[in-house]
Amino acid sequence: MDCVLELEGISKQFPSHLAVDNVSFRVRRGEFFSLLGPSGCGKTTTLRLIAGFEQPTSGVILLEGTRLHSQPPYERNVSTVFQNYALFPHLTVRQNIEFGLRRRKAAGIARRAADVLALVQLAGKEDRKPAELSGGERQRVALARSLVLEPAVLLLDEPLSALDPNLRKQMRSELKALQRRTGVTFLFITHDQEEALSLSTRIALMNGGRIEQQATPEDLYLRPATRFVASFLGGMNWLHHAGIRPEAIHISRVPSLNGHRHFPATIIASTFLGNCFRIESKLSSGESIVADVAPAEGAFHPGEQVHLWWRPDDEITFPA
Amino acid sequence: MQRFRLLLIAPAALILAVLFAVPLAIVCIYSLLTRGVYGGAGTPWTLANYTRLADSLYAQILFHSLWMAALATLLCLLMGFPLALFISRAGPRKNLYLYLVILPFWTSFLVRTYAWMFLLRETGLVNTLLAALHLVREPLPLLYNDAAVILGLVYGYLPFMVLPLYATLERLDPHLLEAAADLGARPWTALVKVIFPLSAPGIRAGAILVFIPCLGAYLTPDLLGGGKSVMVGNLIQNQFTTARDWPFGAALSLVLMALVMLVLIGLLNRREDVL
Repeated sequence: MDCVLELEGISKQFPSHLAVDNVSFRVRRGEFFSLLGPSGCGKTTTLRLIAGFEQPTSGVILLEGTRLHSQPPYERNVSTVFQNYALFPHLTVRQNIEFGLRRRKAAGIARRAADVLALVQLAGKEDRKPAELSGGERQRVALARSLVLEPAVLLLDEPLSALDPNLRKQMRSELKALQRRTGVTFLFITHDQEEALSLSTRIALMNGGRIEQQATPEDLYLRPATRFVASFLGGMNWLHHAGIRPEAIHISRVPSLNGHRHFPATIIASTFLGNCFRIESKLSSGESIVADVAPAEGAFHPGEQVHLWWRPDDEITFPA
Repeated sequence: MQRFRLLLIAPAALILAVLFAVPLAIVCIYSLLTRGVYGGAGTPWTLANYTRLADSLYAQILFHSLWMAALATLLCLLMGFPLALFISRAGPRKNLYLYLVILPFWTSFLVRTYAWMFLLRETGLVNTLLAALHLVREPLPLLYNDAAVILGLVYGYLPFMVLPLYATLERLDPHLLEAAADLGARPWTALVKVIFPLSAPGIRAGAILVFIPCLGAYLTPDLLGGGKSVMVGNLIQNQFTTARDWPFGAALSLVLMALVMLVLIGLLNRREDVL
């Protein structure tokens, strides 16, 4: 396995709290690796430790096999795309992009800048200042400014969260395409499960400074290792220590006789979401269950007596 | 509404008219009159008070004043910038440090300048200490020279440089410095390429607030220069008192004002391309 970045037992103790707690993971070359988790889970601190803005309390970080001791950020071959982009407001697009190349005294600065500008579709806007660009264009300048340095790992700190929802979806696919085209290893920080699931080759889900699970998006969703992972990704009903996804539940008006799990229930509410009905119901034992059923299965009305059923295979269970 | 808005500016406008515009007009008139035999001024009207400025003695004092004010401004910038940068990064202690910067204002500037005289004179604290430590045989000439005046000016006006610089640096997005480091800039490069250009408005404001009062300084060169380092402020005072040449003093005042305005136009009339 060609491993470009490796964290081993990394912890970061701040005066008030332990932000990162014994975190280990490996990022393969060319991978789109995501750190996913709720705010305050330690994912941004982990990124800052890799970039060199913070020093770990303990643990080892290896970049391309070399141990990063206390190298300052300007000596590390990684580059960061900041959440607010942090573009230099006094410099033009071109000057922003050439900033890192000039620091490295790289050869062919003008050509490399022109190439990356074309790559992010900003040709013709070289002489604008960041204030004269739209949010999406600023995002692209920030990406270009880092990509042009061909870093071993590109660190992206919630780069899409400052964009409005429509633009976010568009930039998401652009980001994915950009990563494929350049082959640069991406380490992507996000709290948005949809972003992480749709973009990543692998995801490390963090909670309370620790990694709950590292897996491919499919494994993380379908085979969660902990209750936290199961609850964080997608919807989840909990019934007698087993989890069942809303989309795995079927509703019928007659009892199902096919040997599946089967519960009588009363419909509480039904909301049409376009691709499905989200139906809240109450079991006779009192538990609330949310089910997403296909519109073809028909509409149900509050107060109706129905039967919920699902395949036992769809239940997610954890050792107690 | 229109009437109400006029009311808002009425007190300030009245004060400015009575205490600024009218005296300024009087000064303009005086500058065109001829000095009287026993002081005062009268006709005939003349421009001689202005042409006298071409006299190398007076031109020299004007240039000397410009030089002293420029030097004091530069020294304030060199000392004030690191200080303002330090305070802007001091976290919860910021307010304490800002307090310390403005602490000298609690005492009169005159008293503080006298205190410098006590420190610097031949029998002053500094020379007494140096002698007691056998570091010097003769007392050092610390007072009554250009260096003493510069010291007094820098001491007096440093806070006027620090405060606007602090205000600019405080607002500087810390992510920009992280981005600079991330892109390979060492701290010194980040300072020159990012912090300096982005603090240009603060540098301009600080330079104006220091340079203008230094150019017209009267008290500091009078007390710490002791007549050996004469600046245009002392020359003007001298015309109105000892020399009893009010018209020439008035002409000098107006020339000083014109110089200040030129500097202001030069510093302010720039395209604000930072934001």
